[in-house]
Amino acid sequence: MAGFDWIVPVILTMITAATPLVFAGIGELITEKSGVLNLGVEGMMLVGAVTGFITATVTGNYFLAVLAAAFAGSVMAFLFGVLTLSLMANQVATGLALTLFGVGLSALMGQEFVGMPVDPLDKLYISGLTDIPYIGPIIFGQDGLVYLSFAVVAAVSWFLYKTKAGLILRAVGDSHDAAHSIGYSVIGIRYLAVMFGGAMSGIGGAYLSLAYTPMWAENMTAGRGWIALALIVFATWKPGLVLIGAYMFGGITILQLHAQAAGLDVPSQVLSMLPYVATVLVLVLISKDQSRIRKHAPACIGKIFHPAA
Amino acid sequence: MTLKSIPSLLGAVAVAGSMLMGATAMAEDKIGFVYVGPVGDHGWTYRHDLGRQAVQNELGDKVKTTFVESVKEGPDSERVIRQMAADGHKLIFTTSFGFMNPTLKVAKQFPDVKFEHATGYKRADNVSAYSARFYEGRYVVGKIVGNMTKSNVIGYIGSFPIPEVVRGINALTLAAKSVNPDIKVKVAWVSTWYDPGKEADAAKALIDQGADVILQHTDSPAPLQVAEERGVWAVGQASDMSRFAPKAQLTAIIDDWDGYYVARTKAALDGSWKSEDTWGGFNTGMVDLAPYNKAIPADLIALAEKTRNGIEDGSILPFAGPFNKQDGSVGAKDGEALDDGTLLGMNWYVEGVEGELPK
Repeated sequence: MAGFDWIVPVILTMITAATPLVFAGIGELITEKSGVLNLGVEGMMLVGAVTGFITATVTGNYFLAVLAAAFAGSVMAFLFGVLTLSLMANQVATGLALTLFGVGLSALMGQEFVGMPVDPLDKLYISGLTDIPYIGPIIFGQDGLVYLSFAVVAAVSWFLYKTKAGLILRAVGDSHDAAHSIGYSVIGIRYLAVMFGGAMSGIGGAYLSLAYTPMWAENMTAGRGWIALALIVFATWKPGLVLIGAYMFGGITILQLHAQAAGLDVPSQVLSMLPYVATVLVLVLISKDQSRIRKHAPACIGKIFHPAA
Repeated sequence: MTLKSIPSLLGAVAVAGSMLMGATAMAEDKIGFVYVGPVGDHGWTYRHDLGRQAVQNELGDKVKTTFVESVKEGPDSERVIRQMAADGHKLIFTTSFGFMNPTLKVAKQFPDVKFEHATGYKRADNVSAYSARFYEGRYVVGKIVGNMTKSNVIGYIGSFPIPEVVRGINALTLAAKSVNPDIKVKVAWVSTWYDPGKEADAAKALIDQGADVILQHTDSPAPLQVAEERGVWAVGQASDMSRFAPKAQLTAIIDDWDGYYVARTKAALDGSWKSEDTWGGFNTGMVDLAPYNKAIPADLIALAEKTRNGIEDGSILPFAGPFNKQDGSVGAKDGEALDDGTLLGMNWYVEGVEGELPK
């Protein structure tokens, strides 16, 4: 570990670790901002991962694969919408069921594709720029989905706080009765938000099966959907903080692996604990200031909307 | 309903689902399998499930095999095992180290049901222990990688610091050092048996720290993919993973449970089953190696084969002295070799392994 040469590989690995969390987290953020809690992120990610993988293997077209993953994720989310928004089922129970369903469905879909390798997603290479020492490979050497993840966070941030549509979405999440009484379609808006969340989860899953570890293996998300859910609370429902949280979570995981490989005499259990300790610490710090949470947390989250009431 | 209850709910639903499927057939004897990972992991659980299929094929309609996959170690597994026992299974294989205490606990409550626990060290009248001497495979692999490495740094991805895993690291290190005294082995613990993403991250970290050979004691082929992409060597785990790394995989240490599972099931059916302690190596077929990479020079393959044959006929003992522990104290003296008891409780590194063993 002479000098700072190790920083670049750490950052490169951190980006791959964080990107699926950014996608799943930002999608679920929109879902929750509309007042819906969808705990099925893990299931939607898995279905996205397998759909993306199958499409890439069959067609060889990665653009199509990512689109298919987004579509598959939003179909899953649409199912969730039908059950919770139209049929008014309990959101927590339905979300859990969606995860179980996604685990099973993705395993079934992927049966023929287990053990099949696929080329990883192409990385950007701009002669001259990518060759700049240190920052070149970090800024100009990523795959398309990494750039897309930053663009989506920026777009969501702009949408929520700078557009009328974003204001309406937040209104629906904060007081569905008020939004309904001035004529907005609460259910319709929530369908769109939930399906956007599904599409992003699908892309997050596809990032795993096409770029992170380019293969399909059952349950390959290994709990990342749940981490994405936790990230939103961690970020107090702010898009920028979802991004920072994802990179912090990914970064600490990678740093502790590097510390171990470098033979630092820190117990690996302590290092493995760090991301979670950091999350708890931030939660404690944030919750000291209750008003900040209340300002951004959707007031109607998880509540069922009865249009007649 | 809180977030905390989610894992238990998932477990309960998984059990209920599998029990429903198992409940339709009553005429045959039911043989159950509890897996720690998904059957499609292409590694550890995948090989156990091939063993289950061998039982089903061999014994046909005399038995009905059922399995529950992705069972978390700890309390969740106890519920799964108890469900299986209560559901009339005659013989239950629990195939992960962390299922040991739950298996023994349930076995006490169901004295008529027979249990087989993999890779543990506790037994009871109706609980057998079985494992394979994977360290024999690691020892042969050590001779190969010690010669193949250019950087003299070998990266090893560990799951949990239990004797089973530590033994593998030590066997590899001893063999690699015997052909290349400058070898260093760096270990990264990932605290999971199966998480392709994290396993890949660990492989990248080790390569970034100078390793040009990657070994793993985790279950997914993700580290091999990383090795292939980065142009370093790797060794497959549990099954042949060469299609994920056609250039990088030197060989793979293969688990083969088929013969054992069929024999034990037959014994349970004809009443000859007794609680036993089985620890089989190359000579029983439980441990095997995948075909060698074409890039390995012929004399090195000859050395590997010689080592393997020596282990099989007992003339080579991987943990024969003289060698030192990491702290410089004597591991085994010249002319001595560690006995099975010491191997089963191994909780120290040999010289050549870097970093501190997590306690």
